Amino acid sequence: MGMTITEKILAAHAGLDHVEPGQLINARVDLALGNDITAPLAIQEFKKLGMKKVFDPERVVLVPDHFTPAKDIKSADQAKVLREFAREQGLTNYFEIGRMGIEHCLLPEAGLVGPGDLVIGADSHTCTYGALGAFATGVGSTDLAAAMATGECWFKVPETILFRYHGKLQPWVGGKDLILYTIGRVGVDGARYMAMEFTGETIEALSMDGRFTMANMAIEAGGKNGIFPVDEKTLAYIQGRLKRDYHLYQSDPDARYNQEIDIDASKIELQVALPHLPENARSVREIGDIKIDQVVLGSCTNGRLEDLQVAAAILKGHKVHPEVRLIVIPGTQKIYAAALEAGLINVFIEAGAAVSTPTCGPCLGGHMGILARGERALATTNRNFVGRMGHPESEVYLAGPAVAAASAVKGRIAAPEEVV
Amino acid sequence: MLIAGKCHTFGNDIDTDAIIPARYLNTTDPGELARHCMEDADPTFARRVQAGEIIVAGKNFGCGSSREHAPVAIKAAGVAAVIAASFARIFYRNAINIGLPIFESPEAAAGIRAGDEVKIDAGKGEIVNLTRGETYPVAPFPPFMQELIAAGGLMPYVARKVKTGV
Repeated sequence: MGMTITEKILAAHAGLDHVEPGQLINARVDLALGNDITAPLAIQEFKKLGMKKVFDPERVVLVPDHFTPAKDIKSADQAKVLREFAREQGLTNYFEIGRMGIEHCLLPEAGLVGPGDLVIGADSHTCTYGALGAFATGVGSTDLAAAMATGECWFKVPETILFRYHGKLQPWVGGKDLILYTIGRVGVDGARYMAMEFTGETIEALSMDGRFTMANMAIEAGGKNGIFPVDEKTLAYIQGRLKRDYHLYQSDPDARYNQEIDIDASKIELQVALPHLPENARSVREIGDIKIDQVVLGSCTNGRLEDLQVAAAILKGHKVHPEVRLIVIPGTQKIYAAALEAGLINVFIEAGAAVSTPTCGPCLGGHMGILARGERALATTNRNFVGRMGHPESEVYLAGPAVAAASAVKGRIAAPEEVV
Repeated sequence: MLIAGKCHTFGNDIDTDAIIPARYLNTTDPGELARHCMEDADPTFARRVQAGEIIVAGKNFGCGSSREHAPVAIKAAGVAAVIAASFARIFYRNAINIGLPIFESPEAAAGIRAGDEVKIDAGKGEIVNLTRGETYPVAPFPPFMQELIAAGGLMPYVARKVKTGV
């Protein structure tokens, strides 16, 4: 019986020829990641264990990105725990403010993840790296502590749902629309404990940035990981970035799937997910007149260069609506610099947007754009749970960069055709 | 394992932002996290909950963020166990890893009402609703997870492995 790409990567890292869904395995991890919220707890547990050294100082990655640059004294204390641990352990992949990025934009960009890797991160959006044909999944702080100590982690081999997307995308429609539509179709627990394998000619035509966006939100369908076949786009992306060997795996023709879902992507319109679950996806045309107070363009979901390019193409020559705050957060310093070079940052500033240094910030209600009681935001982020971006009585609508830019101009949720 | 207590009920898809909002994640102190436990799902919960009581919820409990602060807040609030129709996978791992007892039982989640007294008998694989005189099945943990639970969580388990070199 054949195996899926997910099963093959797990088998290889567990030193097994074959694994079956449901099997519990102990596997070697290529990379273990933590941030300023999750790593302090992991470091505490690691130290309690009496361990002196992490399993490999090149394979433990720490990124202070959530509440940084430190928003208050307690957050500064947490970031300091990371910094001191990184120095004491001689970690080569600790990324300081001014040289960092939002972890899931940063790690692929820095060439730390390659095809066939097994990556765990104490952050639920670690599944982003599946865009590179890696098995990547979110875990908690204790799992991270154990992995830092042993270089291993336990897994239950997931079943896989195969998604096949057909057809050419409509104008402005991108990875965010595909994934919101998909979550709307299967629900927030439709892929619970499962691998989501994204394939089809629409995916072949999709950019790497679009694929990162899709893999990023696999967790919002309850998925353990999201994964893409490796193709020439993947190989072009890792060219000149990845500093170590990689392994190419592909699903066997006779691999077993829990479900196979075919989606006619040519019919998918720009999507918006209504509060308070990502599964509440609708076409932007069905939304009606929803006034907004804030637009956030950024995050590990949509803070990449292509996202900024799409938004700038719509905002160029326009002004942000007088009653809207537009906050633009490039995902990494390199993306920021590239956007500056391309003149995009100028477009944002001339439109009347605030441009921030990379941070997760407002996405999780941390800082840099918290909502007051009764306020409403349209965000390119990944979650619209109650209180996610601030006050429990505020609201978040999720969309891609095109809808975000158009909505910032119109002051209500809008399609790009209304602006350009 | 025998756990008995009064139940607090919640709906479907209770996410970790509702269990412990990110505005309190600038600390890892369990006591402080406990004071805000379940705040965005029920702001009165942390004041009302008594040690030894049980949370009962619908499907996909603990979806969203990987923050281990969520099960930590629940445990530190004195909650003895969580029963749900289903759990999101990272929350499930985290709860096992930190030694918060959790039980998956769609029947129990559907049958139990707020204020009911229940008794969980993990060995027998059943939850008895003492208030309503009903009994619900609960799926046993796989042997590996029973080992983790018996060890008191992942770190004691890893410590033993590191020491014995197996």
